[in-house]
Amino acid sequence: MAVTEPGSEELAARLEADRQAGLLRFVTCGSVDDGKSTLIGCLLYEAGLLFEDQQRALESDSRRIGTQGERLDYALLLDGLAAEREQGITIDVAHRYFQTDRRKFIVADSPGHEQYTRNMVTGASNSDCAVLLLDARKGALTQTRRHAYIVSLLGVRHVAVAINKLDLVGYSESRFRELETECRDFADQVGLPGVTCIPVAAIHGDNVVVRSTRTPWYDGPTLLEYLETVEIDEDRLQAAPLRLPVQWVNRPDHSFRGFAGMVVSGTVAAGDRVVALPSRRESTVARVVAYEGDLDRAMTGQSVTVTLSDEIDISRGEVIADVASPPGVADQFEATLVWMAEEPLLRGRNYLMRVGTTTVGATVAPLKYRIDVHSLKRIAADKLELNEIGVGELELDRPIPFDSYSSNRDTGGFVLIDRITSQTVGAGMLNFELHRSHSVQWQAIDVDKASHVRLKGHRPCVLWMTGLSGAGKSTIANLVERKLYSLGCHTYLLDGDNVRHGLNKDLGFTDADRVENIRRIAEVAKLMVDAGLIVITSFISPFRSERRTARELLEDDEFIEVFVDAPLKVAEARDPKNLYAKARRGEIANFTGIDSPYEPPESPEVHIETTTTTAEIAAEQLMSELRRRNVLDPE
Amino acid sequence: MALRQESPESRWVSASGAQAVAPPLADAETNGAGSARRLTHLQRLEAESIYIMREVAAQAENAVMLYSIGKDSSVMLRLALKAFYPGTPPFPFMHIDTTWKFREMYQFRERMAREHGLDMIVHINQEGLRRGINPFTHGSAVHTDVMKTESLKQALDKYAFDAAFGGARRDEERSRAKERVFSFRSAQHRWDPKNQRPELWRLYNARKRKGESIRVFPLSNWTELDVWQYIYLEQIPIVPLYFAKERPIVERDGALIMVDDDRMPLEPGEKPRMRKVRFRTLGCYPLTGAVESDADTLEAIVSEMVQARTSERQGRVIDHDQDASMEKKKQEGYF
Repeated sequence: MAVTEPGSEELAARLEADRQAGLLRFVTCGSVDDGKSTLIGCLLYEAGLLFEDQQRALESDSRRIGTQGERLDYALLLDGLAAEREQGITIDVAHRYFQTDRRKFIVADSPGHEQYTRNMVTGASNSDCAVLLLDARKGALTQTRRHAYIVSLLGVRHVAVAINKLDLVGYSESRFRELETECRDFADQVGLPGVTCIPVAAIHGDNVVVRSTRTPWYDGPTLLEYLETVEIDEDRLQAAPLRLPVQWVNRPDHSFRGFAGMVVSGTVAAGDRVVALPSRRESTVARVVAYEGDLDRAMTGQSVTVTLSDEIDISRGEVIADVASPPGVADQFEATLVWMAEEPLLRGRNYLMRVGTTTVGATVAPLKYRIDVHSLKRIAADKLELNEIGVGELELDRPIPFDSYSSNRDTGGFVLIDRITSQTVGAGMLNFELHRSHSVQWQAIDVDKASHVRLKGHRPCVLWMTGLSGAGKSTIANLVERKLYSLGCHTYLLDGDNVRHGLNKDLGFTDADRVENIRRIAEVAKLMVDAGLIVITSFISPFRSERRTARELLEDDEFIEVFVDAPLKVAEARDPKNLYAKARRGEIANFTGIDSPYEPPESPEVHIETTTTTAEIAAEQLMSELRRRNVLDPE
Repeated sequence: MALRQESPESRWVSASGAQAVAPPLADAETNGAGSARRLTHLQRLEAESIYIMREVAAQAENAVMLYSIGKDSSVMLRLALKAFYPGTPPFPFMHIDTTWKFREMYQFRERMAREHGLDMIVHINQEGLRRGINPFTHGSAVHTDVMKTESLKQALDKYAFDAAFGGARRDEERSRAKERVFSFRSAQHRWDPKNQRPELWRLYNARKRKGESIRVFPLSNWTELDVWQYIYLEQIPIVPLYFAKERPIVERDGALIMVDDDRMPLEPGEKPRMRKVRFRTLGCYPLTGAVESDADTLEAIVSEMVQARTSERQGRVIDHDQDASMEKKKQEGYF
C-alpha cells in the first residue's frame, strides 16, 4: 500500500497509537451470581469489541441456552468450558482481551465459588487492578470479603467496586451510598488504599461503558472510564534498584557467557556495578545483548541477556542486583500463605519452594495463625486447609536473595510444591526475614564424622524400617541389631513406642503430629550417623514426604529404606499389641491402615514381604545388604 | 470499533507523519507522553513470551517447538531466536505433517529451516498414510483425528518430548481462554480442564509426574491483532498465502476453498474460478476457507485486521463440528 493511498495516513497514525498504548491487566471477582461474566460480556458488547460471528453466536446461544429470556445472556461469552455452560457457573479463570484507543486490556475473569478460590488468587497475582462485584440487594457476602482480602494481600493497589443489579433496587441512591460506606469500611480494615464504587446494572449496561440516565445522582466514572485512566504501578518499579533473576546461562561457545532473565525492577546498562546473590560475586555489566543490537539500557519488564566484564560463575536462580542496594539474603522468614490443595498444609512438612528462578526446600515451622476472612480475626492453627489463609514462619534449606512482597512481587512471591505429586499446593508472600538463625551459628567441631568413623571400624548408616503396625518392623530390627552387636558394630535402635515415651511425648497421632514425630526422629538419626553409628529406626512413618525428608538429611549412601510389607489383613490378624482391635472399636483415632493412610514406598532399597519371609531370613537379607554396601568393611 | 471514534482524546487522530517503514518495536525511550518511560503492550507481550521460553529451556529435559508454518509459528520462531540470541534455540522444531498442507507452506518451511539452521523434524502418521486417510473421503473429523491428533501423540511418544511449545492464543476460542500457559497432559495426552495447576505471578512449575508431559503456550496473551502488528513492526517473513492474490477457488458450504493440487475431486459441473483471496489462518488446504480481500501488503493486512468484523477461527472447518468441540478435542489430545 503506497503512502498516498487514501486512509494510509490514518492507518499509520493508528498503528502508532496502538504501538504506544499501555497494557492494563485486571481481575474481576466477587461472589457467585453477582454477575461477573455478565459484566465483562456487557463491556465487550457495548464497547463494540465483539466480532460479528461472536455476536451471532451469542445471539443464537442466548436463545438456545440463555437464562435471560429475550435478552442477550452476556455470560455465555465467557463461560467457556462445557461443564460451566451446563451448570451456569464459572469454574476457571477465563482470559479476555480487548482494547480501546487508550489501553489494551487483559481481563482475568475469575470464579466466585469458594472451592475455586485458588483460581481467583491465580487471576489476581498478575493484575494491576481489580474489579470487585457485589449484588446491590445482598451487599458484601463472605466470598466478596474473601476476595477483597485476597486482592489486598496480593498487593493489588487499585480496586473498583461495581455495585451491580442496581435495577433490582430501583436505582436507589440511598442503597448505593449505604453499600459504598460498607465497602469503604471493609477496605480500610483489609488495607486496600484506593477504592472507587460505581453503580452498575450490567444486564442493561448502566454505567458500564455508557453513562446511565437512571443514576443522575452519580458523577463518578463509568467502569470503562475508570479502567482507561487508573494508574499502573509501573513507575515505582522502574525507579527501584535493579533486580534481574537469572533464568538461563547462555553459552553458545567459549567466547560468550551471557546471563538471561527478566528485569523485574530498576534498569540495567553497560557500566553498571552489580552483585550476584546469594554468591556475592561483584562485577560490572559489559553489554546488554539483544537480537536487534545491544541496548543502551533495559527497563523493568524486559527480557534481556547481560554479559559481565569479569569471568564469574553465576547460575540459574541467582539474582543480579544493584551493588548499592542489593536485596536481603536469608533463610528464615515470616510469610503469608494461601493454601491451594485438598491435602492440608502441615507444620514441619518439607515442600519445594519456588521464588523467582530458584527452587529450595522449605518447611513451615511453626504456623502462627490462620485468618478468618470474615471477621479478620487471627485464629491459632497448626495446619491450613484448602482455600485458607494464614501466617507462618518458613525455614529454607539454604539462603535466598529476596525483597518483601510489598516492594516487589517477583522477588517476594513464592509457590510451594509438593515433593511427591509435583503439584503447586500453596502460594505465599514473604513479609520479612527472621533473625533467629543468625544468633545460632553452626559450631565447628574438630572431631568430625570422618574421625568418628575411623574409630568405629565400620561406616555409619540408617536402616529405615517402614510399614504398618504389626508388620514385623520391631522384630526384624531387634534381630539385626543383635547380629551387628555380635560383630562388634556400634548401633542404636530407635523404636517408635520408646521414643514417644520421652523425646516425642508431647506429640499425638494427627497428621501434623506424625510429620513432626518423623522430623525429630530423622534429625536424631542424623546426629547418630554423625557420631558414626549404624542406626536402625522402627516407625510406621506412613508418609512418603517425610521419609524423603529423612533421606535428604543424609548422604546418598547412608539411607537404606526398608519396606516391611504385610497386607493390612495379615497385620491386623497378628495385632501383637491389640491396637487394631481398639482402633476398630473406635477407642484409638487416626490409626494407620484404619482411619489414617499409609503411603507405601515406591522404590525402597529393600522390600521384605513378611507373608513369605521369616524374621530371621529378613534380618539376614539386611545383613547382606549392609555387606554389599561395604558398611561393615569400610576398606 | 465504534469506541475509538467516540473518544474525545483519541490519540491516533493527533499522531502525524505516515511512515512507510515500520518503527522499531524496542524503542522504549521515545514512547509515552509523560516523563516516565514505559513499555508498550507489545514489548510486554514479547518479554513475557521470551521469559516463558527460557523457563521451559531451563526446566524441561527434552523440549520441542511445534512448528505449524502459520503466522503464529512465525512469531514464535522469531521470539525463540530472540530468547537465546546470540545462541540458537536449544530445542528442535517439529512439523506434524498431514500431507494436505498448501504447497507454499512446504516451501516456506524448507526456507525457514535453511535460513535459520533449524533442527526441523517432520512427522507423518505412516499408518494413516497407508490407510489413505484424506479429508475428502473420510471427512474433516477423521482426517484431523488421525493425521493431526494421533500423529502428534505418536511423535511426542517417539521422541519422548516432555514439553512442547504450541502457538495457541487464548483469544482464539472459549476453552483456550481458560487454559494455563503450562498445560499438563496425562501419559495418555489427555487434558483435565477441571484440575489445572494454579499459575501465579511468573512462577511456572514445570515439575511433572512420570509419563506426564507439558504443552506450553508462549503466545497465550497475544491477540490476533497483536500478532499481525508484531509481524508488521518486526518485518517477520510469513507464508505468501496470507497476502491477497488471484487464486483458483471453489465454493463449498459457503467456504472458499482453494484448489491447490489435482488431489481435490471436483463435483460435477464444479469449476475453479480465479478470485482475489487471502487466508487468515492456514491448515490443510481442503479444510481452510479463504476470505475475499485486496490486502496484498502487511500494512493492508493490519489495516484490514483493525477493521475486522469476523474472528479468525471461522475459516476453520473443524471447529464447527459440534458445541464445545475444541474442548473435547483438547481433552483427547489435540494441541
